[in-house]
Amino acid sequence: MNLSLEPRTDAPRWFATAMTVAAFVFALTLSGLIIALVGGDPIRSYLHIVGAAFGSVGVISDTLVKATPLILTGLACALAFRMRLWNIGAEGQFLLGAWGASAVVLAPILPAGTPAIVVIPVMMLAGAVAGGLWGFIPGILRARLGVSEIIVTLMLNYVALSWVQFWVFGPWSEGGFQQTDAFPREAWLPRLTDFANAVPALGGLTVHLGLIFGIVAAAIMWVAIERTRWGYEIRLIGDSPAAARYAGIDIKRRIVVVFVISGALAGLGGMSEVSGVVHRLQDHISPGYGFTAIIIAYLARFGPLRVVVASILFGALILAGREIQPQGIPAMIQGVILFSLVGADVLIRYRIRFERRLATA
Amino acid sequence: MDFTNILAAGVASGTVLLFAAIGEIFAERAGVLNLGVEGMMLFGAVVGFSVGVSTGNPWLGVVMAMLAGGLLSLVHAVMTISLRADQVVSGLALTFLGTGLARVLGEGVSSARDVALIPQLTIPVLSRIPLIGEIFFTEQRALVYVGYLLVPLAWYWIGRTRPGLHLRAVGEYPAAADAQGIGVYRLRYAYVFIGGTLAGLAGATITLAISPGWFGDQTVNGRGWIAIGLVIFAQWSPIRAAFGALLFGAILRFILDVQGVDLILGVQNPFLAGRSTTFFLEMLPYLMVILAVVIGSREAARKRVGAPAALGRPYVRGERGA
Repeated sequence: MNLSLEPRTDAPRWFATAMTVAAFVFALTLSGLIIALVGGDPIRSYLHIVGAAFGSVGVISDTLVKATPLILTGLACALAFRMRLWNIGAEGQFLLGAWGASAVVLAPILPAGTPAIVVIPVMMLAGAVAGGLWGFIPGILRARLGVSEIIVTLMLNYVALSWVQFWVFGPWSEGGFQQTDAFPREAWLPRLTDFANAVPALGGLTVHLGLIFGIVAAAIMWVAIERTRWGYEIRLIGDSPAAARYAGIDIKRRIVVVFVISGALAGLGGMSEVSGVVHRLQDHISPGYGFTAIIIAYLARFGPLRVVVASILFGALILAGREIQPQGIPAMIQGVILFSLVGADVLIRYRIRFERRLATA
Repeated sequence: MDFTNILAAGVASGTVLLFAAIGEIFAERAGVLNLGVEGMMLFGAVVGFSVGVSTGNPWLGVVMAMLAGGLLSLVHAVMTISLRADQVVSGLALTFLGTGLARVLGEGVSSARDVALIPQLTIPVLSRIPLIGEIFFTEQRALVYVGYLLVPLAWYWIGRTRPGLHLRAVGEYPAAADAQGIGVYRLRYAYVFIGGTLAGLAGATITLAISPGWFGDQTVNGRGWIAIGLVIFAQWSPIRAAFGALLFGAILRFILDVQGVDLILGVQNPFLAGRSTTFFLEMLPYLMVILAVVIGSREAARKRVGAPAALGRPYVRGERGA
């Protein structure tokens, strides 16, 4: 038996979507088998995830809160990956963004008592700038010196973690604890529950303005990628670098710019998390959002609007996955999902034929 | 603190990086980038440790860890060699998968359990060489000596033997290798598998010899990625990888030891100046890897040597430019 791959030329548009969904279902089935093998009950686990993530308005709100940082980091990865730039550093850029936004309150960059209408935009800017700077480093090293961005972004994740820990355990520590003082109310992103006085039904819903940042960012990115000349160039570089070079596109410049924007998006995600959810800077602020973002970008096939949908699915997995035993199951499911997606990619691009070996070359 | 002791500990700690880096050199020389090293190491670490604990035989643990790493690497091999999937994404997926599997398996594994470790050996004559003997040949874990042997072996195999020539051909110009009758797919599978076994060995070296115990995700703590960076720094040469592993082993060891001293050469230890300044110490190895990769890339560009030409690209028989 011999296995041969023939490029598909006649695949209809829906085929890619169908294969992606099929890969997702396949991954959940395979993960279910593994859960059963280690002594768990897959059906109950999955029902638990659905119930705990979408069972009521309250938990849907919680799911969206988890999805918010994933949307922004997912967009960061999707943008870079579209150009075949491997930004594996959304985690570090997210942390730097959280740090930059916190610095506005804790350094402090703005004096205490500054109204929210000023504090929030400055925090957004600080988060995006800090994340963008963290993206600039691998971008410039790749563009100018040809250094692998994969290694640099990964290493910078560890550096960012230590950097945040330095501030959280040291200068900004609240009485020696592993967290800073809570931010004043002016530095909190508005949540639905904040309007419970006017509309009682909103009480307890913790969805915050960061979700809107994510959705708006996704919409802007969709327009930029699909409807502008700049976006066309980014897509061209991703699909065919040689053609882009012949077309006279300054690829090195695009590498730096895309890396900075990518870092800024992830940094904004960090800002939204400290300002919208945690209300302080602390250790372990991210349970690996920046890594899950890689899978989300893939599941979304780099489409900004699809990133939003995929983020909600993974928000549910993270939210409900916390209670699933053994603990490693959600991480493992993520790995299986990514492999299935990679496999689906092959099936989208090629037709697989098994044929008898007629002659050995 | 005793300087030779620190260096000896650095050599031991470098052995972990050495195994992983040489494994990755084999895979990359064959044209397959495997970014799953961190995951394979973690998987090997937990398998090695659990087998060691449950059987009381650390060597059996090492063998099972190598098998575990090798088996995991085959997932990557199928995806990238047979199915032509993107090597970067598949490698990342392998890290997720390995990490998840290791966490699931490691659930009931306690680091507090007593486990028989790989024995320490002192080499009779060599250990009496001044300085060198104390650093390299006195009371090192047996696996450290395996590392010493692996370096010249890998160098000789890749650079001086016929199978090594085939390996390089497959990674540089697979179409020509294929025309010569060399089984491109078969060799790529073989070297990805070897890379996996060495990553598994690196994992078991942590849990059964160098820093014994299972500490969840923290057990490997980025050393798989450091090893991948070392491969670039080493420009795919086992000898240079050995120097790199030694250097980074010493750095990793140094940041542990320096936290316990108040004075360095009579000067106040700057890393103990503030309550949390030790975190700058923890950044050090990762910043050094970036520096090493920059140096490696620049030097490679200057000398016009580079990555194996077909690295990252699937081989398709009969396709132009493969």
